Amino acid sequence: MDMAQPLPFVLDVPETPEDQGSQEPSPYDESEVHDSFHQLIQEQSRWAAQEGLELQQRARGATGSGQHTLSGSEGAHSTATLRILASMPSRTIGRSRGAIISQYYNRTVQLRRRSSRPLLGNLVRSARPSLRMYDLELDPRAQEEEEKQSLLVKELQSLAVAQRDHMLRGMPLSLAEKRSLREKSRTPRGKWRGQRGHGGVCSCCGWLRYACVLTLLAFNALLLLLLLAFIVGPQAAFPPALPGPVPVCTGLELLTGAGCFTHTVMYYGHYSNATLNQPCGGPLEGGRCSPRAGGLPYNMPLAYLFTVGVGFFITCISLVYSMAHSFGESYRVDSTSGIHAITVFCSWDCKVTQKRASRLQQDNIRTRLKELLAEWQLRQGPRSVCRRLRQAAALGLVWLLCLGTALGCAVAVHVFSEFMIQSPETAGQEAALLVLPLVVGLLNLGAPYLCRILAALEPHDSPVLEVYMAICRNLILKLAVLGTLCYHWLGRRVGVLQGQCWEDFVGQELYRFLVMDFVLTLLDTLFGELVWRIISEKKLKRRRKPEFDIARNVLELIYGQTLAWLGVLFSPLLPAVQIIKLLLVFYIKKTSLLANCQAPRRPWLASHMSTVFLTLLCFPAFLGAAVFLCYAVWQVKPSGICGPFRTLDTMYEAGRVWVRHLEAAGPRVSWLPWVHRYLVENTFFVFLVSALLLAVIYLNIQVVRGQRKVICLLKEQISNEGEDKIFLINKLHSIYERKEREERSRFRTSQAAVPPTLFTDERDA
Amino acid sequence: MGGSGSRLSKELLAEYQANPFKERICRVFSTSPTRDRLSFEDFLDLLSVFSDTATPDIKSHYAFRIFDFDDDGTLNREDLSQLVNCLTGESEDTRLSASEMKQLIDNILEESDIDRDGTINLSEFQHVISRSPDFASSFKIVL
Repeated sequence: MDMAQPLPFVLDVPETPEDQGSQEPSPYDESEVHDSFHQLIQEQSRWAAQEGLELQQRARGATGSGQHTLSGSEGAHSTATLRILASMPSRTIGRSRGAIISQYYNRTVQLRRRSSRPLLGNLVRSARPSLRMYDLELDPRAQEEEEKQSLLVKELQSLAVAQRDHMLRGMPLSLAEKRSLREKSRTPRGKWRGQRGHGGVCSCCGWLRYACVLTLLAFNALLLLLLLAFIVGPQAAFPPALPGPVPVCTGLELLTGAGCFTHTVMYYGHYSNATLNQPCGGPLEGGRCSPRAGGLPYNMPLAYLFTVGVGFFITCISLVYSMAHSFGESYRVDSTSGIHAITVFCSWDCKVTQKRASRLQQDNIRTRLKELLAEWQLRQGPRSVCRRLRQAAALGLVWLLCLGTALGCAVAVHVFSEFMIQSPETAGQEAALLVLPLVVGLLNLGAPYLCRILAALEPHDSPVLEVYMAICRNLILKLAVLGTLCYHWLGRRVGVLQGQCWEDFVGQELYRFLVMDFVLTLLDTLFGELVWRIISEKKLKRRRKPEFDIARNVLELIYGQTLAWLGVLFSPLLPAVQIIKLLLVFYIKKTSLLANCQAPRRPWLASHMSTVFLTLLCFPAFLGAAVFLCYAVWQVKPSGICGPFRTLDTMYEAGRVWVRHLEAAGPRVSWLPWVHRYLVENTFFVFLVSALLLAVIYLNIQVVRGQRKVICLLKEQISNEGEDKIFLINKLHSIYERKEREERSRFRTSQAAVPPTLFTDERDA
Repeated sequence: MGGSGSRLSKELLAEYQANPFKERICRVFSTSPTRDRLSFEDFLDLLSVFSDTATPDIKSHYAFRIFDFDDDGTLNREDLSQLVNCLTGESEDTRLSASEMKQLIDNILEESDIDRDGTINLSEFQHVISRSPDFASSFKIVL
């Protein structure tokens, strides 16, 4: 019998539908599905070209208008189509051992050569760039699995032991295979040491606080080290004469910072304004000097100014660097979207082993999914102009109220501080000094809660925006309060305390604020979170513990650090106090967190929070402290009776005096005064540097924008490829369906023993 | 080592009685022909993947295989709906309604299916997982 097309199939694909009832082939059964896709398409397109028009009509009908969709469900596809689909590269990558080995071979090569792009010479043009690494069967130069394994082993042998272990650990192969690879790649001299991986990751909140607190500890430790080495140490070695009898130490010093702490290295007033350890005696002794053995003159005022300046400069550089680094790590386009997928894929905690806990988790997840869907529905609803106006009005009102609260707090602090100045303080009333810090602390505690209650009035459209707005409001409140206090210290107190040591007073005030902040944080953690949990469980009958408010806690850390930075100039040991406070706060918060709270429901927030934290630390906090410092150094007249700058007009003059000394010293150091006159004091240079910085920032912004555009284009390209794939699958399906129908009708007619002529008539019809 | 000696059947794995994915976990890690028993080596594989020190790459690789209920190499709509039913509970009153399920799966595909073919393959899955910071800590078993 001569058919029109005896197809020279080389495929293993069954052409009868008899095994449709059997289990669908899985890519796991590798040995069965290695067809040559390329060859198949060639045969089929040859056959299809002969059939011509009919096929095109069918394909057009199946795809419909516009967007291509898979025709029918996958179950309706023939077994043959399913086998082809099952061997598609995107579906077999995960389980084909050969592909995994090739992928890791390429990764090892890249690791060794430190290049991010594969070498063009070794690549086959036929595969998509993302698939080239997998060295699939499609490539004409695809190697056998043993070859691939030996290549991988060779590459592994050339890595360092630690890198090899790391690479082996990251391969998704079974233990037996990894063991064999390790055996083969072990070099004879190197003894394989078991390596401990890095410790487990804590829950998101524990990690977050740990990272933030660690950063702050690092900054404080750096500053403290500098201060100890260059200011506190030398002064402690050469103590000056004390002005009066030392007051007896009562317990109150720990809170007020005054009393027996006053005339110690803790505060500015204790530091001498002369050169320590001078080999010569004073000019009164005449010009003759008898240099003491081992004496090194140490100019205290200069050291004080320079150390504080250099400390701040180094902190600034490291802060900007960490901020840029963290931003680069956490920046991902669209990382706040995908909440449904992330909830479904990542929310089952496999650590639960009790049936009851597992049921609880199922309830939680169900509630969460329903909430997400409801929120999504709300956002999809049509937004009328009236509704949008109402939303904008509500938002504006809440913002106005919160700004008003911030202003009110600032005014309250101002009025209260004026009252403290006006009222007569008795010398014995040390406790009265604690009132201002207490009031400010309570305002800082209460006003954010108020703003949170007000925020319940506004429309909840986007949770991202909600959190950022809460952070902004809290920040504005704290800035207002701190600004008022700074004006109060540098503006009013300086005038009031003429003739006394105002720097000591400001240093003590900042110490008091720091300690009071710590005490209130303690009380808030112990009672606030505990009480709220009890209320929410008993009264409000909510089954979940209250959420851990990351934003508020992070802002509290930043506030504490700002106080420490403000006070460094006036109290060089303040970073030590801050370090102790940070350690205690961390451990207390961790205990409270485990007992009273649960992780926040927004997973993206934790990964962004460290960037937000560093940005807020750098911009309002550090910048404000730097401005305060500059103003204090350049504009304010130091007190005349205490401190290293008591005879000068401003603190900065110490530097100028030294430069004048240098000028008089001789021609060899004349470049330093020149640098000072033309680069530091000249405003043109500062403008130039700022302009350059702005230009660099602008260029980086443009680069990021360009990359975003590229990502959009690539996404479009990927979805185009997807459409192509669907089109091809549909075409394949239609080809196989037609072939099956042919076979079935041929089988039936051959059974019925119909003469060939009738059959051809049927076919022609 | 273990080899063919001892075999652990899935009924005996007490740790996973509470885990709705216990069947799938057993199937994925098992190397026996009937795919319902774990040898000691398989058990070691399982513990290694679920341990602290496994890289997120490995975890997401195996998570994908566990979630792929029909073993066809992608997560299609049926896989996703079975997955959601496992998460919320199998009984009638704990399941999501049909419309909610459809909406949820549409949203998931909208968010993670980059090439718009109606299924989520391994690369797309790993891309979604990479955006979540607590995947590694939830895909963990502590003995």
